[in-house]
Amino acid sequence: MATMIVRSTETLPIRAEADVVMVRQKARAVATEAGLGLVDVTKLVTATSELARNALIYGGGGTALIESLQDGIRKGVRLTFEDQGPGIPDIEKAMTDGYTSGSGMGLGLSGAKRLSNDFSIHSVVGQGTRVMIARWK
Amino acid sequence: MERIPILRMGDFLLVTIQVDMHDRLAMTLQDDLTTRISKTGATGVLIDISALEIVDSFIGRMISNISAMSRVLDAQTVIVGMQPAVAITLVELGLTLPGVKTALDVEKGMQMLRVIGGGSVVPPESDGDDDRQEY
Repeated sequence: MATMIVRSTETLPIRAEADVVMVRQKARAVATEAGLGLVDVTKLVTATSELARNALIYGGGGTALIESLQDGIRKGVRLTFEDQGPGIPDIEKAMTDGYTSGSGMGLGLSGAKRLSNDFSIHSVVGQGTRVMIARWK
Repeated sequence: MERIPILRMGDFLLVTIQVDMHDRLAMTLQDDLTTRISKTGATGVLIDISALEIVDSFIGRMISNISAMSRVLDAQTVIVGMQPAVAITLVELGLTLPGVKTALDVEKGMQMLRVIGGGSVVPPESDGDDDRQEY
């Protein structure tokens, strides 16, 4: 981990549906620039779309931090979604396929995890949620 | 207001999605298509998604909804042109689009609609007499 370098970083707001599109497009640009293949880019951007929408709908808006990483010879992209929403009381339940507290299909969190190489989630009820994903070349 | 155009071709409606859709645009398309099917009595809907770079759970749900709603309105929907990377991602995401008809490209999709639609719009066969198969 000591060798990991953050090559670039950018924070984007998620306040409206158009912001979700912006975050997707920026994630695609950064992932492509990092040299990820088309399937990897598509997986990362799809996971990004799920998590950005979650931050907007369930978190009441938030931010997306997009980082281009270099770990030794590996290049990758990491995204961190943060909101100050109600938080998730039962993360295990929220991570279950098909479980939804809203009107979605309940695939957002579990799907985003499957589509990413690294995944972590931290949520405090009443304070908000932070989800981190990364995909490596 | 931004909208995705719906073209009419005989008994069919044709939609080509060429923009990175935000969620409301997808919902609008769903509503517009349902209205148009009902107004025109279209028997088939062809949706070309070859320009879509991702299909996430929201777009996936829209596709399933359009397919189900059109069926209830006596029309069939075929989704065509999904990029391979999108298909791989969609399945890994957990979406398999049950009940949704797909074809590789517009031509195959139109052919599928004609076959499902039955009879009236099937392309004319050859005259038959002299090239009838023998066995």
